[in-house]
Amino acid sequence: MALHTRLLAGTALLAGLALATGARAQVKEVEMVHWWTSGGEAAALNVLKEEMQKKGFAWKDNPIAGGGGSQAMTVLRARVTAGNIPTAVQMLGFDIIDWAEAGVLGDLNPVAAREGWDKVVPAALQRFSKPQGKWVAAPVNVHSTNWIWANKAVMDRIGAKPPTSWDELVAVLDKAKAAGVIPLAHGGQAWQDATIFDSVVLTTGGPDFYRKSMIDLDAGALGSPTMKTVFERMAKLRTYVDPNFSGRDWNLASAMVIKGEAAMQIMGDWAKGEFLNAGKKPDVDFLCFRFPGTQGSVTFNSDQFVMFKVGADRQEAQNALASATMSPTFQSAFNVVKGSVPARTDVPDTAFDACGKKGMKDLAEASAKGTLMGSMAHGHASPAGVKNAMYDVITKHFNGQITTDQAVAELPKAVAAAR
Amino acid sequence: MSARAVAAGPAGGAIVPRLVIYGLLILFCLIYLLPLFVMVVTSLKTLDEIREGNMLALPREVTFEPWRQAWGSACIGLTCAGLKGYFVNSIAMVVPAVVISTLLGALNGYVLTKWRFPGHRWVFGMMLFACFIPFQSVLIPMARVLGALGIANSTAGLVLVHVVYGLGFTTLFFRNYYEAFPNELIRAAQIDGASFWQIFRRILLPSSGPIIVVTVIFQFTNIWNDFLFGASFASGEAAPMTVALNNLVSSSTGVKEYNVHMAAAMIAALPTLAVYVLAGRYFVRGLMAGAVKG
Amino acid sequence: MATEAIAGGAVTRQGAGDRLRAWLPRLVLAPSFAAVLVFVYGFIIWTIVLSFTRSRLLPVYEFVGFDAYVRLFAQPSWWVALQNLAIFGTLYIAICIAIGLLLAILIDQRIRGEGLFRPIYLYPMALSFIVTGTAWKWFLNPGLGLEKVVRDWGFESFRFDWLINTEMAIYTIVIAGVWQASGFVMAMFLAGLRGIDGEILKAAQIDGAPMHQVYRRIVIPMLRPVFLSAFIVLAHMAIKSYDLVIALTGGGPGNATELPSTFMYSYTFTRNQMAVGSASAVMMLMTICAIIVPYLYSELREKGR
Repeated sequence: MALHTRLLAGTALLAGLALATGARAQVKEVEMVHWWTSGGEAAALNVLKEEMQKKGFAWKDNPIAGGGGSQAMTVLRARVTAGNIPTAVQMLGFDIIDWAEAGVLGDLNPVAAREGWDKVVPAALQRFSKPQGKWVAAPVNVHSTNWIWANKAVMDRIGAKPPTSWDELVAVLDKAKAAGVIPLAHGGQAWQDATIFDSVVLTTGGPDFYRKSMIDLDAGALGSPTMKTVFERMAKLRTYVDPNFSGRDWNLASAMVIKGEAAMQIMGDWAKGEFLNAGKKPDVDFLCFRFPGTQGSVTFNSDQFVMFKVGADRQEAQNALASATMSPTFQSAFNVVKGSVPARTDVPDTAFDACGKKGMKDLAEASAKGTLMGSMAHGHASPAGVKNAMYDVITKHFNGQITTDQAVAELPKAVAAAR
Repeated sequence: MSARAVAAGPAGGAIVPRLVIYGLLILFCLIYLLPLFVMVVTSLKTLDEIREGNMLALPREVTFEPWRQAWGSACIGLTCAGLKGYFVNSIAMVVPAVVISTLLGALNGYVLTKWRFPGHRWVFGMMLFACFIPFQSVLIPMARVLGALGIANSTAGLVLVHVVYGLGFTTLFFRNYYEAFPNELIRAAQIDGASFWQIFRRILLPSSGPIIVVTVIFQFTNIWNDFLFGASFASGEAAPMTVALNNLVSSSTGVKEYNVHMAAAMIAALPTLAVYVLAGRYFVRGLMAGAVKG
Repeated sequence: MATEAIAGGAVTRQGAGDRLRAWLPRLVLAPSFAAVLVFVYGFIIWTIVLSFTRSRLLPVYEFVGFDAYVRLFAQPSWWVALQNLAIFGTLYIAICIAIGLLLAILIDQRIRGEGLFRPIYLYPMALSFIVTGTAWKWFLNPGLGLEKVVRDWGFESFRFDWLINTEMAIYTIVIAGVWQASGFVMAMFLAGLRGIDGEILKAAQIDGAPMHQVYRRIVIPMLRPVFLSAFIVLAHMAIKSYDLVIALTGGGPGNATELPSTFMYSYTFTRNQMAVGSASAVMMLMTICAIIVPYLYSELREKGR
């Protein structure tokens, strides 16, 4: 009896102590640095904000627009150096690995274990969310880049079906040209040129060549005859864009397809958002199909919310944010609006449209086959320095500043210099 | 006395040269005004008109809706309250920074010219070099320092940054101006027993009108238009207006509401434009007084 | 000068209070000087130190000698940036000075409406390129801007596609840069012209010299200090110009408009190669030094009094 009471008292005392020390108030606020500043993206992020507010957390928004996150990354460096660390930061690909190596990221393993993330997040994504074996980020979505978006009315008019091989693609583009329509809507910015490059590498050499050259950065593959063909094909595609393509923003190129001025655009699936915003419907007004020859593989990029190391009083808010991000309801709601597919493979596809459903199916298939690979153009195949080195060669070649032979000679050298 | 009074030469001069002069001046005016014209005109059009029309055409129907939106309801990130809050943030940062850096510049100029000490030229030269440093290269170490001081995410931090990097210019302007200030008055005051501060307050400051204007204009413009420091050392709702403007116009997806962007850009530019237009006359006068003379 | 003597005289009186008073000027100057020492020179030293490390994402103090410099000079885009700086810098400075001087001379001709012309030439300096960037991009865009407007007016074959032309893009940067800064140069020359003593010129006129000769032989040489100041201001703006390039071309097409300032930014913050970025910053600073220091030295030495 006495033991019983003593045990009870002891436990009560311990519990009291634990409560007292842990009672340091948790900051019920989440601060997010991101660059989703325009209509559709902001609406998608708003879903998360409302989720968090329902859970009792205030949302401090810190948007820094520009350059696919380049300004945001600069500001982030300043803030981390100053010790003014945000709760979470939107980040892509290798930046996450670089930051993890700097040792400033938090630890989401407890949350991940509790919710079983290891089983539902594709391995290719985990490479970025779980560098060094520790979960540091909650993936929000998976965009893939080897898509083509075509205006259905234009395709019907020129009597073309979605091509399934390179030669068929060239044939369709020629038909469009003959019919007086701009065959390929494109914006001449380095990353857009590189997005096309992703797909051309994938279709020319197949997934193994893609992995060898873009991910493993094998010098032999980078300077090989196959790569030469890739550059030749890029030059060929160059002949199908309109003269005003240089510097054009990607959404203006999408607008050309939407309005029927151009037949198709090679772009990641964020382009779908533009079509939907303009009131167009998949399979009715526009077609979405994989870049010819790449069906079965997916080159992806994934926005992730990276959690930095913060004080114990902000841990709860951070964990709640991570958990909310990974919840199936949020994943479905967010990605329906954004145009991408969920980062979890167990989310039902009922709310998604035809292109979304196709995207999810392709993702599951590629993940199973091992052909789900990071997109070079979007920083998921190689580190930022290498990616930009490749950008330099690709865009100089696309703009005619260097020849195909020069490009294929320069590519391995540029990559080596950047490592 | 000036070159023109003499160069006008034989009075009444031919009409042709006058026409040429005015013609050239007006031509340049048109060129200089073009971007502003495009911005104003675009900010008063509807989106449809912008899409179809010619960028130089006057609006068919003038609408102030873009201005209303830019001020009060445009979405910047997830908050849709327009620019007005950020405008206030900028003012809160710029005013103290301009006042403090101007005051310090005046004092520095005063010391360097009227209370010379051995090595004063070296000191001035070293301070002058501060004008030339690119901000990107000091961003990270500044972040470290501000963090250590605990003011990294506040208006005070931004004020400190802008004061420090404005010191080179303000000291330059005042030093050159006071250099030309006659020393007899100072000497007389010293003989009368005036102190360091009294001389400054009673003699130099009252005659510093033109150079204060030049300095204020220069500092106001630079600090108001700064983006890099504002984005790095202030966050979210406390950000200055350049950050908000950038978020508004640099969004990469969705329909680009050019009219709202232009209206927002105009709102962002109004204070500096006002300062230049109103105080422009003093600007030249101040420059004449030797602000940037060799 | 005499003031020194007076100040010196004050020191000879006894008393701690007087000693303090003697040191007061230096005390007043000290905070500013200290701030400059720390925040300018201290940071420059830090940047130099960083350029000898292997920093990538964040500063890492592991020294690898000249590695970053070797990699810097192995980047083709660095050489493009330097070349672009030479083209841009020369044209920017030369054209700004030419236009500034021309406008100042014109305004100085006892014209009416100076109060109207002057703010119009000056206002571009007030605007940042985040504000005007979009307008300029439109203006220079072949499909939307000047080319389209002139074609709509009937000149079908007019071409102005410099913005997207890899050879010509750098010249669009010059155009926008000159637009922004020439008003300021004009104000400087105007101030200088108004400070010229009329007697000298009257003498020349009496000797029968035609107007343009008066300007060429007398006025312009007398404006030498203004030329120097304008050169310094413009040179430093040319080297620092970042917003301008990013707003108009983002460094493109390709890397046709890369400048050292954009190079430094992208390598430090976007490509996670902070050491190389620091090395490029050091090179930029050395260039600035090479221009500014001789000027400062000569200017500050002359005042032998």
